[in-house]
Amino acid sequence: MNSPDLTANVADAETPISRPIRRWRSRVVYRHKLPIRIMHWINVIALSVMFFSGLQIFNADPSLSWGQKTVPGKQWLVLGAREDASGKLIGITRIGQHQFITTGVLGVSAGSDGSPQVRGFPSWLTVPGPTWLAMGRRWHFFFAWVFVLNGLCYVGYSLSRKHLQRDLWPTRSDWRGIGRSIVDHLRFRHPHGDEALRYNVLQRLAYLTVIFVFGAGIVLMGLAMSPRMDTVLGPVLDLVGGRQSARTIHFIIAWAFVVFVLIHLFEVLISGLANQLRGMITGYYRVDDPPTATPATIDKELSDD
Amino acid sequence: MTDRRAFLRMTMMGAAGLIVAGCDRISQSSWGPKVLGSAEGLNHRVQALLAPSSAMAREYREADISAVFRANGTTMPGSAVYQTLLANQFRDYRLPVNGLVSRPTTLSIDDLKKLDMRTQITRHDCVEGWSVIGKWQGTLLSAVLDHVGVQPQARYVVFHCFDDMGLGTPYYESVDLSEARHPQTLLAYGLNDRSVPVPNGAPLRLRVSRQLGYKQAKYISRIELVASFASIGDGHGGYWEDQGYEWYAGI
Repeated sequence: MNSPDLTANVADAETPISRPIRRWRSRVVYRHKLPIRIMHWINVIALSVMFFSGLQIFNADPSLSWGQKTVPGKQWLVLGAREDASGKLIGITRIGQHQFITTGVLGVSAGSDGSPQVRGFPSWLTVPGPTWLAMGRRWHFFFAWVFVLNGLCYVGYSLSRKHLQRDLWPTRSDWRGIGRSIVDHLRFRHPHGDEALRYNVLQRLAYLTVIFVFGAGIVLMGLAMSPRMDTVLGPVLDLVGGRQSARTIHFIIAWAFVVFVLIHLFEVLISGLANQLRGMITGYYRVDDPPTATPATIDKELSDD
Repeated sequence: MTDRRAFLRMTMMGAAGLIVAGCDRISQSSWGPKVLGSAEGLNHRVQALLAPSSAMAREYREADISAVFRANGTTMPGSAVYQTLLANQFRDYRLPVNGLVSRPTTLSIDDLKKLDMRTQITRHDCVEGWSVIGKWQGTLLSAVLDHVGVQPQARYVVFHCFDDMGLGTPYYESVDLSEARHPQTLLAYGLNDRSVPVPNGAPLRLRVSRQLGYKQAKYISRIELVASFASIGDGHGGYWEDQGYEWYAGI
């Protein structure tokens, strides 16, 4: 073979000596363009800071309500605390009518000096670590701008370069293959060759949801918490039921982002961490082409060898 | 495989730890908070663009009013001056309005009631995250400003308060003239058809309906018009602003 063989192990496994040699071939493809890579990593930083500083802000009133206002005792989620008979702090998480003891993580966790402290989320999940609402807000609103401007650039770039239309919008055959795609994902089976270069239908739907439902939604819900913006966002407030509903949805989408990121990282991991990371850093991505079965190719391969 | 998994776990936890630790170091630095704080000006300008200075805060129905209007911060100023006024149900209360005004004045609550007033059921959003709805009755701040005459070099209205936040640091707040002249900006003497209760700021508190709770100064003792608030308190325009909170509290 003329092409450098980067998949010797795979080739060995696939080519018993008695058969004509059919090898997996590898090629390196320029997959992710520079602007996309830059925007991806800016987004990683912005989302991380927004999430951790968001939990700092949440901790100032570690409860969630539905509707326009907060009614003490009527919140649907409370990360609270009480003292037991010996005066020890117990973290209590209440969801609706159900109470759970969550000492150490939610409600009560170690402060910077190591002693138990009443705080919604623990300090290792908040920016800054200690309870410091004013600083948490600074981080949050600064990176909110980074997140929004980066997101707008991404959508603008992707629309103008037809990245959205070509690579993210599911085609008709994508829709037809959705059942198979689900099964493939559940079996952790990943496509090879040209198929590995295009986003599969679940990936397309996931990315579109994250960009246009989570991304747009979390920004809109954030703005709906602003008393100044509420002068013009009345219809949005009516739609979701009020400012406290907006705070609830903002919180839920933040965790939905976390779920997406975990799935995303998992898929990156099982589909080849190094290759995927290289793809998003340098742009170059290795594709493995399975041995082709057409007689012409076999002939060619035989003659090559 | 377990090695690999442990490595990945370490990497991920390390990355999260690095972000949090790095953020903490920047928070403690002299430049970090300033850079991060630059978003405040952007928020102010963009919000003023999207929601013009004339835009009205949403007003609610009687049925939406909270059973209890939650009080935060000081709920009973301890100063002798305030206690004396309270003992006499604020009959001797007089509000000086001075600074860069043409006619420095002292107003009683009855004097204030003779100026243009307004009743509004609005939402109060605390910076902590909770909201409460109440019905406010008060004099338009714009009417008070017209009454005393604002000098051209005045830019801010400063509210000095009776409550001490410990260590002899009095509460104070400030708004710009555009916010001060907004039709929903009140010097409120009534809450839910009664006089403003002590925990909510008796006898007179500010209502700035499109900003967060800490802007709504309680226990107002004096109003001053200034060209700059740099020489008041620590110079950031308010008690909480001096603790690092934004002067523009629109979000």
